[in-house]
Amino acid sequence: MSFFQMTSPVAARRMFLGRSGLVLSGAAVALLAGQDALAAKTGGATGNDVQILNTALAAELEAIAAYQAGAESKLLEKPVLDLAVTFQGHHKEHAELLAKTVAKLGGKAVSAKASYGFPLESLKSQADVLRFAAKLEQGAVSAYLGAVPLFGNRDLSKAAASILGDEAMHWAVLRQALGEAPVPSAFMS
Amino acid sequence: MNLGRWLLAAGALAAGAQALAAPDAVRGEQVYARCLACHALAVDRVGPRHCGLFGRLAGSVPGFSYSQAMKKSKIIWNDKTLDRFLAKPLAVVPGTAMTYDGVPDPKDRADLIAYLRQADGTPACSAASRR
Repeated sequence: MSFFQMTSPVAARRMFLGRSGLVLSGAAVALLAGQDALAAKTGGATGNDVQILNTALAAELEAIAAYQAGAESKLLEKPVLDLAVTFQGHHKEHAELLAKTVAKLGGKAVSAKASYGFPLESLKSQADVLRFAAKLEQGAVSAYLGAVPLFGNRDLSKAAASILGDEAMHWAVLRQALGEAPVPSAFMS
Repeated sequence: MNLGRWLLAAGALAAGAQALAAPDAVRGEQVYARCLACHALAVDRVGPRHCGLFGRLAGSVPGFSYSQAMKKSKIIWNDKTLDRFLAKPLAVVPGTAMTYDGVPDPKDRADLIAYLRQADGTPACSAASRR
């Protein structure tokens, strides 16, 4: 049974979390601990690394705002709304980790914009919101994929790959909810 | 096969290969999905809008916060400069905020550029240019 078909949102969320094995908060703590060590020594981090992290942070902040807009649209039914909030929570964790890492590397973390130009007028149904979110998540996977090889410090590549994995799961779940093949290909680009 | 027929066949093959290699804007829209974490056609996001891109000076969308590197690049966006930049953004503009390893496949880049050019003529972009 899909968690989207479950009557209880709590059960749906429990099933989702249980099946997907999401332990991001634990992983994030471990990664952050690694970056403490990284800050103490140079660790191979470069000025580029701070820029890469800040670009990722800006996208995460926008994703948080996008899920907020989706949640406030009143277009999402309860189980889907709970999932959207869960996914938004992951993006908040990503953003928090990225901002802390930028600071530890001596950079200035970017802030969220006061407003984003989301195409809210074109969102008329739950499917529209899910499709909008799915496109952002797909783009995020590609963006992290394009960032992973650029880091001077391989620990940061690992952290970015961890986030990439989470966002790929979001994308797959959103596609499944839309009735599309959840994993459309063997490779991402 | 006589020479005339051979030339005819060779010409047909060459035309077929050219048709296969022609940029495909529909496929380019699929490639554009890679950009959607940061870009949109009509609005500025983490990256600047793409409407009005062709012929635009890099770093010149009013109100968008560019890196110094992009503002100083003096690039005019066209098929050729986009192809170079998209292949390896940080190599072409070191210090750009577009911290993305690039689109390595030339066909993907050609299709993407074809899509961006086509999108520039759509009502979505016309409306954006009036704002």
